[in-house]
Amino acid sequence: MKNALKITTAGDRELVMTRVFDAPRRLVYDAHTKPELVRQWLLGPPGWTMPVCEMDVRVGGTYRWVWRHDTNKTEMGMGGVYREVRAPERLVSTEKFDEAWYPGESLNTLVLVEQAGQTTLTQTMRYESGAARDAVIKSGMESGVKASYDRLDDVLAAVPQATK
Amino acid sequence: MQATHRLDAVFAALADPTRRAIIARLASGQASVTELAEPFTMSQPAISKHLKVLERAGLISRGRDAQRRPRRLEAKRLGEADKWLERYRQLWEGNYRRLDALLDQLKTQEKERKPR
Repeated sequence: MKNALKITTAGDRELVMTRVFDAPRRLVYDAHTKPELVRQWLLGPPGWTMPVCEMDVRVGGTYRWVWRHDTNKTEMGMGGVYREVRAPERLVSTEKFDEAWYPGESLNTLVLVEQAGQTTLTQTMRYESGAARDAVIKSGMESGVKASYDRLDDVLAAVPQATK
Repeated sequence: MQATHRLDAVFAALADPTRRAIIARLASGQASVTELAEPFTMSQPAISKHLKVLERAGLISRGRDAQRRPRRLEAKRLGEADKWLERYRQLWEGNYRRLDALLDQLKTQEKERKPR
C-alpha cells in the first residue's frame, strides 16, 4: 500500500508513528493547527464527530477537543498545552483526557520534513510510564475491533468540503 | 490491569536490541544459553539476565532437556503484542486517510486560487 503508516514502540514508554503525505508540509502543518481543518480528519473510528475543537496555537496556549458518537451520544474530551510551536516543522504539546484511561499525561511531538513536495510526518508520544503507553495501545485494539472499517469509504465521502 | 502489565513487560523486553537479536535467533529454532551467547561479545551471566527478562515477559520458555535447558520462542505472546499494535495502527490509518483526502482538497483549492 502506498504511504503506509508505521508505528513502533521506542524505549519503554514511547510510541512513534511515521507517515508520508503527498503534500507540502505547510499544508500538513495547517491541517494540524487550524481547528476548521483538524475537525475534518482527527475523528478516530467511524461514527464519531468532533463538535468541540478549540486551539490557541502558541507557546503556553491551550487546546480543547471533544468527540461525540453519532448514535449513542457518548462524549470523549481531551486537551493540553502547546509547549513548542515552530511552523511549519515542529509542534510539541501535552495531552490529557478528561476521563483518564491511562495514568498521567503524554508529551506529543510532531515533526514534519518536506522533500520533493512530499512530507514525512513523525509523531512521537511519550507517556509517563510504560503501563500508560501500553494502555493506549490496548485501547486502540478495542476500538479497532468495534469499528468496521468497511464503512471508511462512506466516512471519507461524507467529510465536508474544506472551508475556504 | 494484569493484561496491561503483561503487555508492558513484552514491550519493555522488546525495547532492547540484544533481546530482539535473541528473539530473531530463536525464531529459527531453540538454542541453549551457550549457543545464544556466541554471537554476542557478552558474558553468559549478562545473556542470562536478558533471557530472564524475556522469560518474565512470556516471550521465551525453557525446553525439557534438563542438561541443555534450551530456550524457545513463545510465538503466541509475540503475536499478541503485534496484534495490539496492528489495531492501533488501523485506528490512525483511518485518520490519516481522511487527512490525505483533505490535503488533496487543500492543494486543489490553492491551485484554483492562484492560477499561474
